[in-house]
Amino acid sequence: MLAKRIVPCLDIKDGQTVKGTNFVNLRQAGDPVELGQAYSQQGADELVYLDITASHEGRKTFTDLVRRIAATINIPFTVGGGINELSDVDRLLSAGADKVSINSAALRRPELIDEIAGHFGSQVCVVAIDAKQTEAGWHCYLNGGRIPTGRGLFEWAREVNDRGAGEILFTSMDHDGVKTGFANEALARLADEVSIPVIASGGAGTMEHFRDAFLLGKADAALAASVFHFGEIGIPELKSYLCTQGIEVRR
Amino acid sequence: MNVAIVKYNAGNICSVVNAMRRLGVEPLVTDEPEKLMAADRVIFPGQGEASSTMAYLRERGLDEVIRSLRQPVLGICIGMQLMCRHSEEGDTECLGIFDAEVKRFRPQCHADKVPQMGWNTIVDTRSQLFKGFRQPEYVYFVHSYYVPMNEHTAACTEYTRPYSSALHKDNFYATQFHPEKSGQVGERILQNFLDLTL
Repeated sequence: MLAKRIVPCLDIKDGQTVKGTNFVNLRQAGDPVELGQAYSQQGADELVYLDITASHEGRKTFTDLVRRIAATINIPFTVGGGINELSDVDRLLSAGADKVSINSAALRRPELIDEIAGHFGSQVCVVAIDAKQTEAGWHCYLNGGRIPTGRGLFEWAREVNDRGAGEILFTSMDHDGVKTGFANEALARLADEVSIPVIASGGAGTMEHFRDAFLLGKADAALAASVFHFGEIGIPELKSYLCTQGIEVRR
Repeated sequence: MNVAIVKYNAGNICSVVNAMRRLGVEPLVTDEPEKLMAADRVIFPGQGEASSTMAYLRERGLDEVIRSLRQPVLGICIGMQLMCRHSEEGDTECLGIFDAEVKRFRPQCHADKVPQMGWNTIVDTRSQLFKGFRQPEYVYFVHSYYVPMNEHTAACTEYTRPYSSALHKDNFYATQFHPEKSGQVGERILQNFLDLTL
């Protein structure tokens, strides 16, 4: 049976790992390659590296880092941040990334999804969606959650699916960094609306939260950062626990 | 040891180069027939689409070269599918090393997603590639097309149905999964391939 995936996420600035709480207040948390390798040895199923550097110089540093990650790590990894066009995708895949995650660029120009899927295959194209719930329902946000788009979450997710994305990485901004669990209702609805895997992101605080994302949210994978970076949850313990809850995981 | 990797219009080749380096082998990535034929091991990796990759191989005469190889050959993912007789993807005539048809996954329910992407187990392993394996092991898959069970099946995986996750015939070995992305289990498989004695 296909296993549910546990995915540590590393935010990278100037070649170093950082993690924000509610997208601000960054804290240092170690060397990205070393940390990725440690996670891989502990049983992480995949890694996500997000470049949060804005500068041109930073992009080059990140590409060099991707090359080092690819040389060292023997599990799949996704890279994201600042991908605006096909040439960015080409550069990162050539450096050895397995998948790329696009976010704001896809909302601004949805054809980018078709282009990536057409050139490199759906499997490399992860579309990240940051959304918030208001009285009017779930809506998508741009630029790390700063700019509202008015785009409905579920409608956008269906379009992303139809344009040929391979996976959706859904972050509930209301849940991100506050460790009270994933947005399970929205996740479950996403799982029903699309036919591609959904990665749950934002809200992991306890092992039960992961269980709920899989059982209630029907997620295919669950992503978290600080609970892993600061050792609050160990991946081997998490997988043992999920196994006792009847969830198929790789051990 | 001389390891050659077939250079063609498929993605993901650099992951295999990196995996070989982690095992202490510097591979040669080449499309030159003489160099492929002279290597101790040949790896035919890749991610891509059947008809365009097959057309590329034919144009350069690499189809004949691969078929004629006598040393251990390892096909990975699309490499394995191209080593079969025919693929439903683009209705493509393939290399015909394994007498098998490549078919598209048909979801049985909404939870069955195509492509299959992620970690799944290999069981009933019977090939030197899996030497030392005592229990079902998880390996990493990304694919929309599969090879049904057949006389060359060397490992079995279940996704919507049981299918061949590895094949073996004479000096030809193939895996549908990506050993180069399958953690320590994958490294053992690649090391077993390097250690093969025919």
